[in-house]
Amino acid sequence: MTCQVRQGTTCTCRPSNPLPTNIVKDTTSFLHMAMWFARSRNLVSSLRQNLGLSAILIKRNHSSPRPVFTNYELSSKVFLDPSTSFRHESTAVESQPDLVQQSDHEDDAQELDFPGGKVGYTSEMKFIPESSSRRIPCYRVLNEHGKIISDSDFIPVSEKLAVRMYEQMATLQVMDHIFYEAQRQGRISFYLTSVGEEAINIASAAALSPEDVVLPQYREPGVLLWRGFTLEEFANQCFGNKADYGKGRQMPIHYGSNQHNYFTVSSPIATQLPQAAGVGYALKMEKKNACAVTFIGDGGTSEGDFHAGLNFAAVMEAPVVFICRNNGWAISTHISEQFRSDGIVVKGQAYGIRSIRVDGNDALAVYSAVRSAREMAVTEQRPVLIEAMTYRVGHHSTSDDSTKYREADEIQYWKMSRNPVNRFKKWVQDNGWWSEEDESKLRSSTRKQLLQAIQAAEKWEKQPLTELFNDVYDVKTKNLEEQEVGLKALVEKQPQDYPTGFHI
Amino acid sequence: MASLLGRFCRKLVVPGSAHGSRMISTTACDSEAVKSLNLYSAINQALHIALETDPRSYVFGEDVGFGGVFRCTTGLAERFGKNRVFNTPLCEQGIVGFGIGLAAMGNRAVVEIQFADYIYPAFDQVKRVFPTLEFDFSTAEFLIRGFNSQIVNEAAKFRYRSGNQFNCGGLTIRAPYGAVGHGGHYHSQSPEAFFCHVPGIKVVIPRSPREAKGLLLSSIRDPNPVVFFEPKWLYRQAVEEVPEHDYMIPLSQAEVIREGNDITLVGWGAQLTVMEQACLDAEKEGISCELIDLKTLLPWDKETVEASVKKTGRLLISHEAPVTGGFGAEISATILERCFLKLEAPVSRVCGLDTPFPLVFEPFYMPTKNKILDAIKSTVNY
Repeated sequence: MTCQVRQGTTCTCRPSNPLPTNIVKDTTSFLHMAMWFARSRNLVSSLRQNLGLSAILIKRNHSSPRPVFTNYELSSKVFLDPSTSFRHESTAVESQPDLVQQSDHEDDAQELDFPGGKVGYTSEMKFIPESSSRRIPCYRVLNEHGKIISDSDFIPVSEKLAVRMYEQMATLQVMDHIFYEAQRQGRISFYLTSVGEEAINIASAAALSPEDVVLPQYREPGVLLWRGFTLEEFANQCFGNKADYGKGRQMPIHYGSNQHNYFTVSSPIATQLPQAAGVGYALKMEKKNACAVTFIGDGGTSEGDFHAGLNFAAVMEAPVVFICRNNGWAISTHISEQFRSDGIVVKGQAYGIRSIRVDGNDALAVYSAVRSAREMAVTEQRPVLIEAMTYRVGHHSTSDDSTKYREADEIQYWKMSRNPVNRFKKWVQDNGWWSEEDESKLRSSTRKQLLQAIQAAEKWEKQPLTELFNDVYDVKTKNLEEQEVGLKALVEKQPQDYPTGFHI
Repeated sequence: MASLLGRFCRKLVVPGSAHGSRMISTTACDSEAVKSLNLYSAINQALHIALETDPRSYVFGEDVGFGGVFRCTTGLAERFGKNRVFNTPLCEQGIVGFGIGLAAMGNRAVVEIQFADYIYPAFDQVKRVFPTLEFDFSTAEFLIRGFNSQIVNEAAKFRYRSGNQFNCGGLTIRAPYGAVGHGGHYHSQSPEAFFCHVPGIKVVIPRSPREAKGLLLSSIRDPNPVVFFEPKWLYRQAVEEVPEHDYMIPLSQAEVIREGNDITLVGWGAQLTVMEQACLDAEKEGISCELIDLKTLLPWDKETVEASVKKTGRLLISHEAPVTGGFGAEISATILERCFLKLEAPVSRVCGLDTPFPLVFEPFYMPTKNKILDAIKSTVNY
């Protein structure tokens, strides 16, 4: 693929801020990269050519030792952090196996043949510990002040792309605020916000191609916004009026658009994950340059469908990018009550899936991670797991008051000090690409547009009654035809029993 | 959802003792202390009593710790501790499976499924849009996997399959069900019919706060696994005098809550309120309606319904769930077998339409008072 952002301009193939030649932070991250790149040779060359990563990827500190690994060793130990390969002396517990370790005993050097393949054996009884000595670190590019951390790996973002990303993040904020208020005023029946997760929403969308098929959970309207769904279209769905593509059948925020390759939201949690595996497989069979991208929260990873989705995608070698928004809360359930693992990123390996943990509030990191994951998924026809760390600043929904189960201070901290929109804004501003004047213009015009959209949506005609009976099947069945006839007669006979505006 | 109720629900009129109506439960004696409670408070009281009276009982599910999304579990964790009242990970199959395990060890597990609409992972993945698939590499075929479910294949068969060596009778599954005004596909479902088709479990649905407390305590203490559906529409809207003491209402006993001679109406849960209104309107037109609250759908009290239909000669069943394959079909078929010669008219069913539960079209989908009234009249005039 060529490095052309969707707006039609070429991205700068050199980062705006020149990077120092030694961008390797330390030996362990170097080894991470070395292993990954060595394994993904095709990817590396295509990335080098097409994404202009040569400035980043090639500039390694060649004075650091480069371990040589055979493909066999790499394939079984991708992404192992060698710093965890030490033995506790006093117990029989061992951390993850060493990368390159040969035992002294001849017996131990032999291998056993089992249905899953050959496996070496050992006379020492060792248990893999329940957790690593160190949590998987979080990939980030921008610090809290909006400055690029020196020596960062990242895919450069042009001014045009960056400004668009920022505008969309701000638009999402305004949209959430106004729709939430509309629910409070009783104008729509329900709403849920993505406050605090704007970087995940927009940066992930920006990193995908429009042909990638998105299967959301329900806190990712920003992906649809990025793809061109208008504020009017959002409002129409929330009001369930005649213009709603969902034909008024579902609660607000259950958006969907086949035109934008965004599957319709359904409330049940995690059901989209095995479906995403199927979608990815379909794209693979059609040899499309596209992948499935699906979102899930931290809570959703507890569902059985998480296991099913990841396992199917891995076994079927389907191009799927699984993005987990770990925002700390599943309604009132904190992640400490959700799992005992080191978050979700460590679960990828259990399925044979490559994974990364990223700072979900860092738009540049999210962009780079999703872009890279997407390329891997498509070129290598494999699933990839991204755990984006973030915080759910808003309540779960308009039916929730989160101050009942968490501290107001905690919410405020994340809202102010760890705000992803402000963080990205600082970077964009520091580059001279955005001003306060731009800011107030954008926010006031978006606000105005939204209020108009809501007013219009409210007044719009309602769905015709026949849409109650359509689409249960592809063709209306006899019982539905009979029920429709019966209902129409009833409404004509007793119109006072029914709300007005639903044309027969 | 809870605040949704306050804004958008239809107002519930719980009729008083006029018109011979016994909509309100009369199971407790008058001298006992009573308190005016709504449905979620009555259920909360039952749970407090259950945990108090049996130290080996547990309450768990998603978000129950802080009181639950409908406030049914308020105060339980504080009072009985987090070892007995706790949040679970977000996983219905895990919640029910874990509950079966606890129950099999002689404990009482009162588990909460947040919305009946989400009970299916605990029931069977096949019930969703996509079946559970397995790929058979030898034949390169997708096989649709059969049931893989906690409630149907585990809870319901635990005692039977083990020759009564094991049982999980201590399991009670509570779930809010039914229309709420703006719930759409996934916050309004009435899935009782699926469960009524499973020998080995019981299915109970209360109509009011007083009934709910007594029926829930019976369900928890019944030595069989019980699925207990709570009409979410009534959580705040229904208010009734509820006795404060520990009392139980028997399972599998239907109640005639309104006496009449011309036609028998059978229903459960929130729908009884709507049916009651239809009965009042019908009475103005000279039709005397007998209204029965089934309460327990599995195993159901055939005798009470049979005796009533033998008296009136006519039967009308009403439920929110779609008409095709709904539990009304079972009642109709049974009464037909038992009362054929006494019937003056076909059995009438006034139910939800055969569509997914729609949002904006909800008022058209529902079995409304006037739909029921029309059916009463056409049955009586058959």
